[in-house]
Amino acid sequence: MTELWQGLTRAIELIIALDSEVMTIAGRSLAFAATSCSIATLIFLPLGSLIHFNRFYGKRVLINITQTLYSMPTVAVGLFVFVFISNAGPFGNLGLLFTPAAIVIGQTLLVSPVITGLTISALSGVDKAVTETAISLGANRIQATALVVREARFAILAALIMGFGRAISEVGLSLMVGGNIKGFTRTITTAISLETSKGDLELSLALGMILMFLALVINISLNRIQHRKE
Amino acid sequence: MALLKATGLSKEYEKRPVLKKMNLAIEGGEVLAFIGPTGSGKTTLIRILDLLEAPTSGRINFNEIDVTHNKHARLEARRMMSYVQQKPVVFSMNVYDSVACGLKWRHEKSDLIKRKVDDALALVSMSDYRTRNARTLSGGETQRVAIARALVTEPEILFLDEPTANLDPISTSKVEQVIRDVIREKKVAVVMATHDMVQGQQLATRIGVLLDGELMQVGSPDEIFGSPVTQKVAEFVGIENMLPGTVIKHEDNLLTIDVDGSHVQAVSGHLTGDCVYVLIRPEDITFSLSKEVTSARNILHGAITGLTPMGPLMRVEIDCGFPLIGLVTRNSAGDLGLETGRYIYASFKAAATRVIRRWV
Repeated sequence: MTELWQGLTRAIELIIALDSEVMTIAGRSLAFAATSCSIATLIFLPLGSLIHFNRFYGKRVLINITQTLYSMPTVAVGLFVFVFISNAGPFGNLGLLFTPAAIVIGQTLLVSPVITGLTISALSGVDKAVTETAISLGANRIQATALVVREARFAILAALIMGFGRAISEVGLSLMVGGNIKGFTRTITTAISLETSKGDLELSLALGMILMFLALVINISLNRIQHRKE
Repeated sequence: MALLKATGLSKEYEKRPVLKKMNLAIEGGEVLAFIGPTGSGKTTLIRILDLLEAPTSGRINFNEIDVTHNKHARLEARRMMSYVQQKPVVFSMNVYDSVACGLKWRHEKSDLIKRKVDDALALVSMSDYRTRNARTLSGGETQRVAIARALVTEPEILFLDEPTANLDPISTSKVEQVIRDVIREKKVAVVMATHDMVQGQQLATRIGVLLDGELMQVGSPDEIFGSPVTQKVAEFVGIENMLPGTVIKHEDNLLTIDVDGSHVQAVSGHLTGDCVYVLIRPEDITFSLSKEVTSARNILHGAITGLTPMGPLMRVEIDCGFPLIGLVTRNSAGDLGLETGRYIYASFKAAATRVIRRWV
């Protein structure tokens, strides 16, 4: 118990003193998660919109599969990416393994079902009469689609924040394809894993508190967005 | 030249007919109301005419151009129409931006948008609400904003689907006044669907009666409410006295009709032996305690079987060999001392009746 208390006290000191190692790791985690979420947004938000606005055979099945993939294990995604970018894999010659790029690719894949699926849910939540009203007012297909996306903006933003939360909190994927290399691919979660196994509870707790703080910020943002929607 | 012409228009949902072989022409600037009970196909008809839905069969011409299926022609035509839904949705933006949407989609210049939106909001008395979040408006205010949003694009034809169906009496009155102002000030054809016959009668220059997906009769309000062409239309427009009978005498279009052994005289061209319904509007019947000398050819004697207050009026049912329903003011009912069981005289003119064929 004493050890835990000492660890907590030291952790707070590290945060207040803006310890360079703690801040660097936290900054790197934020950068990886933000980059992967931005890329996923650029690709999978339009994809989710396309799925929502078009009728095609197997649409329901596709949505069900997407929603199932929300809980895809991070190590499964890590393994998948590893197979492709390892030296023996089809993209082995690119030398991506154990680089930040590998983590970003993995996290992008990890959050893609969340962003795609929640975008579809967000758009489905918009009253169908909005589209009809827009069309009756002379909007073409693109203008009507843009209006529906605008109407769903708060729910879509919530989807992006959810994706960001999943990216920043994952550990298995970063360990497998990032290699937890100090000063290069070490993130908050992989650092916690390593430092805890080494017995350095102070650094682990400090990083854990930062991670929890980020989770709190995400939660407050979600609530505020929800409140604005209401 | 008709502004909008529908030919042989039919619509089916899962092989269930909703509209049946409908022909219709809408002239520029006219006010046409479709009346009919819930589920008669009014909304479907409006949506098809507004090109939101395609008909199962038939053709729609707008300004003589066939717009039934051509995607580009439909968008062009739709940009000259506007539609206000029964429960209009407002967008998550302020009133001004919500009304301006249609103009922005047409890539109008911002100064023109401002002028037109201001004019439209003034027309519906919503100028003070321009910065309000449209989602915070009441039902009546939302309806008025929806009308402004529909009018701001200066359509040639405005479709209104049950414009006051979900509103309280005060909001209804305000929206009806807005519609009157629109009809008076704008050179726009207004096509509305309503189950409120009084509203249709007050606002429209022409009325179409829609029953079970069929356009049963189109005509002026006087024609529809005074001379319904079928039993179904007569029942729908509230002609409570529909007396089944047989023409027993025809003399210079003055018919004597046997109704359950009593004789009723009516003006019509039917022939002796024809099975008919005699239609008499309750407000065309006069009641008296004694047999007065009047120009009315029909004077019937009977006992009062029911008295029902209806606001300032009293609905009087008498049995004069057949049931007959009339209306008197409540003051007159008091003066006459009307009460159940009392015998009174009911009189009505032969010219006040309408005779339609009864298929047996």
